[in-house]
Amino acid sequence: MQTKLKSYLNRTTSAAPLAVFRIGFGAMMLASIIRFWSLGWIDKLYLQPKFQFSYYGFEWIKPIGNYTYLLFAIAGLAALFVLIGFKYRIAVITFFLSFTYIELMDKTTYLNHYYFISVLSFLMCFLPANAYFSLDAFIKKTQYKQIPKWTIDSIKLLLGMVYFYAGLAKLNSDWLFKAMPLKIWLPSKYDIPIIGETLMHKEWFHFAMSWSGMLYDLAIPFLLLYKKTRTVAFIIVIIFHVFTRILFPIGMFPYIMIVSTLIFFDANVHEKILNVFRKGISLLKLKATELNTQVYNYSNRKISIPILVVFFTLQLAMPWRYLLYPNELFWTEEGYRFSWRVMLMEKAGYANFKIVNSETNDFFYVNNLDFLTPFQEKQMSFQPDFILEYAHYLGDHFKSQGHENVQVFVECFAALNGRMSQPYIDPKIDLYNEKESFNHKKWILPFNDEIKGL
Amino acid sequence: MLKKVFILFTIAMVVIACSSTDDSNGSGTNDGFNRTELLTNVADNLIVPAFQDLQTKLSALDVANESFVTNKSVTNLELLSDAWLDAYKVWQHVQIYNLGEADNLGGGERGFVSFFNIYPVTVADIENGANTGNYDLNTANYHDAQGFPALDFLIHGVATGDALPIDKFITNSDSNGYTTYLTDVITQMITLNDAIVNSWESGYRDTFIDNTDSGVNGSFNKLANDLIYSYEKDFRAQKVGIPAGVFSNGGSLPETVEAFYKKDVSKELALEALIGIENLFNGVGYASTTTGSSLNTYLEFLDRADLVIEINNQFTAAENAINGLNENFYQQTIDNNAQMTAAYDIIQAAIPKLKVDMKQALNFVIDYVDGDGD
Repeated sequence: MQTKLKSYLNRTTSAAPLAVFRIGFGAMMLASIIRFWSLGWIDKLYLQPKFQFSYYGFEWIKPIGNYTYLLFAIAGLAALFVLIGFKYRIAVITFFLSFTYIELMDKTTYLNHYYFISVLSFLMCFLPANAYFSLDAFIKKTQYKQIPKWTIDSIKLLLGMVYFYAGLAKLNSDWLFKAMPLKIWLPSKYDIPIIGETLMHKEWFHFAMSWSGMLYDLAIPFLLLYKKTRTVAFIIVIIFHVFTRILFPIGMFPYIMIVSTLIFFDANVHEKILNVFRKGISLLKLKATELNTQVYNYSNRKISIPILVVFFTLQLAMPWRYLLYPNELFWTEEGYRFSWRVMLMEKAGYANFKIVNSETNDFFYVNNLDFLTPFQEKQMSFQPDFILEYAHYLGDHFKSQGHENVQVFVECFAALNGRMSQPYIDPKIDLYNEKESFNHKKWILPFNDEIKGL
Repeated sequence: MLKKVFILFTIAMVVIACSSTDDSNGSGTNDGFNRTELLTNVADNLIVPAFQDLQTKLSALDVANESFVTNKSVTNLELLSDAWLDAYKVWQHVQIYNLGEADNLGGGERGFVSFFNIYPVTVADIENGANTGNYDLNTANYHDAQGFPALDFLIHGVATGDALPIDKFITNSDSNGYTTYLTDVITQMITLNDAIVNSWESGYRDTFIDNTDSGVNGSFNKLANDLIYSYEKDFRAQKVGIPAGVFSNGGSLPETVEAFYKKDVSKELALEALIGIENLFNGVGYASTTTGSSLNTYLEFLDRADLVIEINNQFTAAENAINGLNENFYQQTIDNNAQMTAAYDIIQAAIPKLKVDMKQALNFVIDYVDGDGD
């Protein structure tokens, strides 16, 4: 066993797939940051809000005023450096840190996609993605055509995990037997050309989409792994992501996934891709330099491998942590994030906060838009950790304004996957008195229904 | 092989790029639910007749004003008051529809309501305007010194130093100024409403009906958003919540009721507003018994008849709660604000049904831009 493992770790493979992956990743990230910036979202999502929803334990990470733009510029520049493979290690670490900082600034904007980028860029800090076809190799006049096989496999493992867990999460009665939430989402896309008028409102289509989405997520990692099915699988990947892009506002993610899954292809495919780039570069008429070709020697393996083992173990375990909490996961959302639960819920809420003076029983209601952006209000209204954090913010605010004996109550209703809304938070609990923790929040009222499955 | 993949890849990217989420081009749609029929019913049987009726009532108000200006008698002031109330009741039905020209008037956050019904009225602005003749009803500063609330004060209120409402037009040193202000307010209302009516009659109706997009600018989206906004803001907060003091510390605020100077019509106006919203939800024609397709029909099409019943039950409960109140909300908040607050709670109970359940069932886009989704 040990010798098998050792020989696996010593196996080498062509560096071309990782080089192409690095270029694709850098390009996608650069484009994402430019897009985010040009849509005015830095201002809208990070600078305009008076208040940010923080991740538990990361309350110290906040937008830094106009320097937030600098942060995005750094991330964008780092992505560019990754793309061209210049000072790769520093660039990718900088990208990971700046991007992750951005994501931690406000959990209102949490998306699995962003989390995926953070996780992937962390992994890439340990990979020799500049070994081949990079500016670093050009400057050092040394390239490595062969790199350890496990470095490429680790990316395949991560991609496969994301898909597979997304598929597992779909194994529930709402998704499979009620076609929820697609049954709500699809009919409203009636103005898409051709299919909008013919398919979007058909019940069989909702079910077909639900089931094929589930099967796609569960099967695609394996179909991509086996050479015989790989090409077909890649075509399916393209069709799937194009379709989701047409239906839903999911930004850059479909492109990122399509480009990422190229890594499953053999080295000769990637060499052909690199040849296209080579032709492009040759148009620049640079002086050709002969590069030394050596076999890459992964020097920090003794440190990197254990770190990555812990990393992947954690990644494999995280989606299951919800089992430690009572009640329905979709309802409490305790253990929902960081688990590749993508597009599973249509959930909406309404939270009406009441500030009470515990001595005189005087009270008044809060207009949430005085403190939150509409987007923040929407996200806050159905997520208990948001509700608690906001209640504390309100309590602190009114206390500092001179209000005495401040208590904060909320009348909150939430609706999940087309069920009638029901009371969500115990209206008799003074949230100002409750503390955030990883323990179960007892003031979330029980879900009136049952969703079977994982 | 690789070439094929690349060609496919390129096609895919182009398809993505071209099919992005813009909602600019609408077409006749047929997903089994007839949106055109819904929009046609709402435009032809609810919106346009209501605005037209407001036009009629405002010209009657204008006539009453001319009589009063010619002969400033108490009787003529009472007739002016009657005409004011007639128009005010119709207003409650049109205030929901901040669409097209109404939306273009530039009223800011409250839309065209800003020119017709911002209260409490700022009396100092009117008194100052009557004194100096220096005012511009088109500026945001005068949103709370025009429309029905300004007329309410002018017709029923007593100016500083006067004994009776009519004094400001006769004995007050600024009597000419008050008379001009009164006429200017009415003229402003007529001008703006005429512009709205004209636009509906001269093409906006078709634009509205043809715009069956699913995006935030689609007519259906706007209509659904307007219904929720009007119930929440115009009806719940302005008419009941704010006077009951539920948004402020330290008890009720009786002076913030609608028609504060007339006083005994606040219940009547609140009921009209609620009926207007109910009629939109159920597709009931304005001042008629015609019933056609509307939000209820759409919800039923989506198998949510349960929600239609639930929302109508909430409307009925709100109606009953208001009916139990004094016809004069000013008096109600002074005598028994607990009952006013209780009525507020009942009215409030419909909000989650509208904002959460109805919004989710119809999956319409709420009025704001958000980022990407998962």
